Amino acid sequence: MAATLDDVAHSAKARRKRTGYWLILPGAVWLGLFFVVPLFSLISASLYDPTGSVETGYSVTWHIQNFSDAFDQYKGTLWRSLWYAGVTTAVCFVIGYVLAYAIAFKAGRWKNLMLILVIAPFFTSFLLRTLSWKLILADDGFVVDFMKATHLIDILQMLQLSGDDRLLNTPFAVIAGLTYNFLPFMVLPLYASLEKIDTRLIEASSDLYASPAKGFFKVTLPLSMPGVVAGTLLTFIPAVGDFINAELLGSPNERMVGNDIQSLFDIGDYAAAGALSVILMAIIVALVLVWVRNSGTEDLV
Amino acid sequence: MTRAAAIRRWIGEHLVLFLGILVLIYTFVPIVVVTLMSFNDSSRSRNLYKFQSFTWDNWLHPWEPNGMKESVVLSIQIAFLATALATILGTLAAFALVRHRFKGRSAANVIIFLPMASPEIVMGSSLLALFVSSGFGGQLGFWTIFIAHVMFCLSFVIVTVKARLSGLDDNLEQAAMDLYATESQTFWRVTFPLVLPGIIAAALLSFSLSFDDFIITNLNSGQEVTFPMFVWGASQRGVPMQVNVIGTAMFLIAISIVLVGEFGRRRQKVAA
Repeated sequence: MAATLDDVAHSAKARRKRTGYWLILPGAVWLGLFFVVPLFSLISASLYDPTGSVETGYSVTWHIQNFSDAFDQYKGTLWRSLWYAGVTTAVCFVIGYVLAYAIAFKAGRWKNLMLILVIAPFFTSFLLRTLSWKLILADDGFVVDFMKATHLIDILQMLQLSGDDRLLNTPFAVIAGLTYNFLPFMVLPLYASLEKIDTRLIEASSDLYASPAKGFFKVTLPLSMPGVVAGTLLTFIPAVGDFINAELLGSPNERMVGNDIQSLFDIGDYAAAGALSVILMAIIVALVLVWVRNSGTEDLV
Repeated sequence: MTRAAAIRRWIGEHLVLFLGILVLIYTFVPIVVVTLMSFNDSSRSRNLYKFQSFTWDNWLHPWEPNGMKESVVLSIQIAFLATALATILGTLAAFALVRHRFKGRSAANVIIFLPMASPEIVMGSSLLALFVSSGFGGQLGFWTIFIAHVMFCLSFVIVTVKARLSGLDDNLEQAAMDLYATESQTFWRVTFPLVLPGIIAAALLSFSLSFDDFIITNLNSGQEVTFPMFVWGASQRGVPMQVNVIGTAMFLIAISIVLVGEFGRRRQKVAA
């Protein structure tokens, strides 16, 4: 009798297990075929014979030099992309943390409404919103006048972020555009992990005579680390590869690596485009591994 | 003295909320600009992206620019199809990940996270490399865009539905079973209605991601022109102000769907 009950339980368990496979199979196949497999196609494209073209076709000749050629030629834009994305992530982190904190702890019954407002900009076209920064930062616009009046523009110039009395077509404009576009990707994960914090822990720190600042840095911030890691990744990674902001708000001096990859594809140089994409991906993976390891969070997903 | 202290205290209590609201206002500035520009009369100088004078014309004749209507229709078609498929596949996968234990679950979680954390340019160029190397290089168009959109929407759907599903109180399902509901009755009468808001949110997110995508689409579209590609092309020559009409209209439609849902939920809560 006991054995049969066990059998029943066992077969039910096995059935549930099988159902799990069936449910995830279609999605997994789609991601496998159109996300994982293409990464290998990209790697083989990066080993194409560089003399190939759309007309003559491409052949994999294990042309490893594609990598060193691409790296030498585009290391300037690669470095610039990492730098812009790094500044973008830092700025997004600071203002995103304020917003996420306000929503998680101070918004009260307006919490849901504020969350909706965070994602609301997604509902207008990304390109149109980026174009509107062109107008906001225009030479005769209010922002430039204000920056001139307060001499903030001189500070930006000292940091080499803007040129003589203008903001458009400067690194400042590109970074501002990137910051604006990727802010929600920082706010949402930060909010998710701030909301999980047991506020009694923060109260306890103030009961134990920690100043609000100390309480924040010793309790709140460390507890929100999973959100910090997820948010910085979801901001930094898309920002490195973006070329829309650099193209619409910058000048050729602000070209990013995405611009280069896109224009290599446009002229049909698949070997160099593939190699540059692979280099970009490799740098990102390396940076992510270092960052995730040092931040000491395991439960990323 | 006490009054000053009270004011200081009030500021301390509300400073973060105030700063947070400032950040939100900042995120809305470009939307205000897009809306304003939809009323801009640019007939005098099309190259100038600048407010010149007020007009209703753009709203009265939104389809005037050549090729814009076709691009909007194409984007909507693709967004509908890609959202439908991504939502179905994503919801199934979310159920598998939350409700079932099986080997390879953590690997699956990683693969689902990766597309959200890869630069679009890399995903787009990988897909293009796949299509070209498998001989579909000449057939880039509607279906290759569709494939790409389902791919990048899937992860967002799975994560959104998963969040809703894992926050669910399974006592409710236990109760249904205790009251002699069969497994399928429990699912359709209890589980599914509870998860539905998550599925709807995922579908909305997926629709707006698909409608809005430029970088991946641009690489895999062949001769087809979606709405973001139309805007991109126009930005090189002079933007017709009607694109702002489309942007504003999309925003208003989406935000009213979300707000109706939110207020409906609030009223339900009050009633209960």
